[in-house]
Amino acid sequence: MQLINQSEIQKRIDRLKDQELYIHLELTMGAYAAHLDSSKHSASTFITNAVIQYSHGSISGEGPYRIGLKMSQGWVYSEGLTHYEESETDRLIMAGHDSQGKLIVSLQLSREPF
Amino acid sequence: MHEEMKNSVERHILVVLPHPDDEAFGVAGTLAKHIQNGTQVTYACLTLGEMGRNMGIPPFANRVTLPEIRKKELEASCEAIGIQDLRMLGFHDKMIEFEDQDLLDSQIDALLKELNPSLVVTFYPGYSVHPDHDATGAAVIRTVERLPKAERPPVHCVAFARNTEQEIGKPNVIIDVKDFLKPKMASIQAHKSQFQAAELVGSKELNDEEIQARFGTEHFWIYPFK
Repeated sequence: MQLINQSEIQKRIDRLKDQELYIHLELTMGAYAAHLDSSKHSASTFITNAVIQYSHGSISGEGPYRIGLKMSQGWVYSEGLTHYEESETDRLIMAGHDSQGKLIVSLQLSREPF
Repeated sequence: MHEEMKNSVERHILVVLPHPDDEAFGVAGTLAKHIQNGTQVTYACLTLGEMGRNMGIPPFANRVTLPEIRKKELEASCEAIGIQDLRMLGFHDKMIEFEDQDLLDSQIDALLKELNPSLVVTFYPGYSVHPDHDATGAAVIRTVERLPKAERPPVHCVAFARNTEQEIGKPNVIIDVKDFLKPKMASIQAHKSQFQAAELVGSKELNDEEIQARFGTEHFWIYPFK
């Protein structure tokens, strides 16, 4: 994974618009958050291989980045993205890693199921 | 009462855990010790840990590549321990508690029938912190409990919830694995994408004494079937 290059991500978002895509969207504190620190409230959520289509999407912020994808009936939103996979040219693979390198958020789009 | 393994030469141990690396910290030394005594070990690993948060530092894995990377790490870990038979059951990480129980139980039951293990090792349901751990232990207990009493192998459980000793007492089986720290540390280090996690390794290199104190014994609770 490489640090996000904003203009490159924007190009890839534009390339994937107006077509049916499979999405993986995830936010996670990890299953051990409350075990390691009882003041924490563990929460995680993910959805994988739901089908979406957006007409307009963009990346904003100065890193970590935010992404919003506008669909005909709603939005996809993700904040905290830091890394992307440069070698994946057909799919958009993005994630946010915290200061310990752990994945905390991920947003992935693909024409084929994950 | 502590049951050391002096007289217990196991014929075949079936280990059932949900994630690659679950074997590394809690049971690797015990398994290496048994394997040196000639025991056959089958490790049924339910998932590939594909929802793990650790991706290496700096991240060399991502959500797409993680399952394949962790599969290779699991194979390397098993080789380090000497495990002869690894079964990857293909369930989805984080989803064991939501999985069809009949499907889960039938796969465990098939392993029990095929292998007729003399000992089963899993997580103690309710005392193993991660929902996948608890659900895996619960499936094993359910399935073993369905066997006629005389055919049930003993089940040794790993537990590490904070309230474990308070609620179910001290572990009944304590295994000294100081002579097996080499395979155990190699098993831990085989999980490269996970190994760098700060809560697992701490912030500094451990010396031999610290490694022995931290990793030199493994603890199990014998499941009290009614």
